[in-house]
Amino acid sequence: MASLDRVKVLVLGDSGVGKSSLVHLLCQNQVLGNPSWTVGCSVDVRIHDYKEGTPEEKTFYIELWDVGGSVGSASSLKSTRAVFYNSVNGIILVHDLTNKKSSQNLYRWSLEALNRDSSPTGVIVSNGDYDREQFAENPVPLLLIGTKFDQIPESKRSEVLTRTAFLSEDFLAEEINLVIEKRYFTRDPSPVRLSFYLLF
Amino acid sequence: MFTSQVLFFGFGWLFFMRQLFKDYEVRQYVVQVVFSVTFAFSCTMFELIIFEILGALSSSSRYFHWKLNLYVILLVLIFVVPFYIGYFVVSNIRLLQRQRLLFACMVWFTFMYFFWKLGDPFPILSPKHGILSIEQLISRVGVIGVTLMALLSGFGAVNCPYTYMSYFLRNVTDGDILALERRLLQTMDMIVSKKKRIAMTRRQMYQRGEDQNKQTGFWGMIKSVTSTQSGSENLSLIQQEVDALEELSRQLFLETVDLQSTKERIEYSKTFQGKYFNFLGYFFSIYCVWKIFMATINIVFDRVGKTDPVTRGIEITVNYLGIQFDVKFWSQHISFILVGIIIVTSIRGLLITLTKFFYAISSSKSSNVIVLVLAQIMGMYFVSSVLLMRMSMPLEYRSIVTEVLGELQFNFYHRWFDVIFLVILHTIITWTCFFLSSNYSVFS
Repeated sequence: MASLDRVKVLVLGDSGVGKSSLVHLLCQNQVLGNPSWTVGCSVDVRIHDYKEGTPEEKTFYIELWDVGGSVGSASSLKSTRAVFYNSVNGIILVHDLTNKKSSQNLYRWSLEALNRDSSPTGVIVSNGDYDREQFAENPVPLLLIGTKFDQIPESKRSEVLTRTAFLSEDFLAEEINLVIEKRYFTRDPSPVRLSFYLLF
Repeated sequence: MFTSQVLFFGFGWLFFMRQLFKDYEVRQYVVQVVFSVTFAFSCTMFELIIFEILGALSSSSRYFHWKLNLYVILLVLIFVVPFYIGYFVVSNIRLLQRQRLLFACMVWFTFMYFFWKLGDPFPILSPKHGILSIEQLISRVGVIGVTLMALLSGFGAVNCPYTYMSYFLRNVTDGDILALERRLLQTMDMIVSKKKRIAMTRRQMYQRGEDQNKQTGFWGMIKSVTSTQSGSENLSLIQQEVDALEELSRQLFLETVDLQSTKERIEYSKTFQGKYFNFLGYFFSIYCVWKIFMATINIVFDRVGKTDPVTRGIEITVNYLGIQFDVKFWSQHISFILVGIIIVTSIRGLLITLTKFFYAISSSKSSNVIVLVLAQIMGMYFVSSVLLMRMSMPLEYRSIVTEVLGELQFNFYHRWFDVIFLVILHTIITWTCFFLSSNYSVFS
C-alpha cells in the first residue's frame, strides 16, 4: 500500500454548503445522516482505479481534505488553516445553489488556497482582488460543485444554471451538473460511480 | 422628527446588510424590516431624551412623540417580533410545515403566558392599574431588559480588562506554533494511513464477499461467517483508533488557533494602539472594582442614590472648590454631554456584542431566527436603559420620563440591576480564574 502514489485534493467552501456530506458520499457510498460542523480538517480516502480496464491501470488513493470554516474568519484561523494547503494536487470548490453569497466567496477561497501554495515563505500575498490571469497559469486543477439543487423550486432552476455557467467561465473550468439522489442502500451497495474530470 | 426616524431606519438597514448578513443571502425581507424598525424606534427614544435636555420642540409635542414611540415599541417588542420568531422556528421544523400559522400563534400565546407570569414574583404591580395598561407591559419588559443589561455589563466588565491588558498574555514563540503545526500534520497523516487501510480492507472484503457468496452448503456458510467476522472486527478496531485520532486532531487545531491569536495579540500590544488600550485596560479594571464596591454597598446598606452625578459633581465643585458658576446653565450642558456619551457607547457596545454573537452561533438555516432574537434583545435593552438613565439626569428632566412611563417603582429596577450585576460578576470571575489556572497547568 505504501507504493501507491499520494493524491491530495482539497475540498473548500463556506460553512453549511455540504462539503462533509459530499466527502462522505464519495468515500463511504452512503449519505451522511447527521452532519455537524467541521472543526479544523477532516480527511477521507477513496480508492480510485485510474484508467480502469486498460493495461496501464493503476490504483490511487485519493485523499479528500475537507477544511472547515468561512472566508471571513479571524486571521489566526486562516493562518492555521494554511497548514493544510501544502502540496495539493487538486481543489474542489463547493457552493450552495440556494445561497448566492457562497458562490461569490469561492473566489476568495481559491485565492486563499492557491496563494499559500505558490509563495515559499507561507505569507498570503494577495490583496483579495480577483484576477483571471492567475487562474490561467495555475497548475492546480479545479472542480466546481454546486449542491442542494433539489431544494430550488422548479421556476428558478434555469436562472440558477445560467449563473453557474458564468461562474465556471470565470474559473476557466468546465461545468458538470450532478444530481445525487438519495438511495437507501441495502446490504450490498453498488458503489457510486463518479469520474473525476480534471479541469484546466 | 420623522426625518430622523427615517434616517435611523436607513442606518439599521445598512447595518443589517453590511455587518450582520455579510455571508448570507437575504430571502425574507420581513426580517430586515423588523430589525430596522426596532432599531429606528429605539434610537428615537434616545433622541427624545436629548431633546428633553436641550429643550428642543415644544413640551406637548415631545410628550406626544414619547407616547407614540412607546406604544409602537411595545407593540413591536411584544406582538410582532415574538410572533415572527415563532413563525420562523416553526418553518424550520419540517413536520409542522403545513400548519405554520397555527403553530406560530400557539407559540406566541405560550410566550404571552410566560411573559405575564413573569410579573408575579416582583413587587411591581400596584393595585391601581388595570390589567391591560401600559405600566404592566413596561414593567415586565423593564425586568427582562434590566437583567440583560446587567448580564452584558457584568460580562463586559470582566472581559474588557482581560482583552485590553497585556498582563494576561502568555508568552508564545514561533517555535511553539511550528511544533504544534507539525504535530497536527503528523496526526492527519496517521489518520490518512489508517483510513487507507480501512478502505483497502473493505474493498478486499467486498471482493472476497462476492467470491464467498458463490460457496454453497453448510461448510461454505460457516466459513463465510468466520472470515467476515475477523475482517469486521479488525475494521472496528481501526475505526475506533481513527475516531480517537480525529478528536486529537481537532484539539490540536484549536490549540494552534489559540496560540496564533495570542501571538497576534502580543504583536498588536507592541504598537501604539496596543499600548493605549493597555492603559485603558488598567483604567477600566479600576473602574470595575469601584463599581463592584458601589453595588455591594448599595445592596448591603439598602440605599439607592437620590441625586444624580451631575448635580452632585456641581455641588462638590461649588462647595469644596469655591468655584461659582451658573448651576442651571452648566448642569444642562454637562448632563447633555454625559447622557450623550452614555447613549452612544451603549448603542455601539451593544451592536458590536450582537455582531460577535451572531457570527459565533448563526448558520444559514437559523440566521433569520437569530436576527429576530437579537432585535428583541436590542429593543428590550434600549427600553430599560432609558429606565435606568433616569438616575443620571437632574430632577427637572426626569419628570417627563416619569410621566410617560407611568408610576413604576424605579428604585426596584436599580436594585435589581445591582444584584444581577454582582451575581454575574462573581460567577464570571470565579470561572475565569479556574479556567486560567487550569490552562497554565496544561502548558507548563
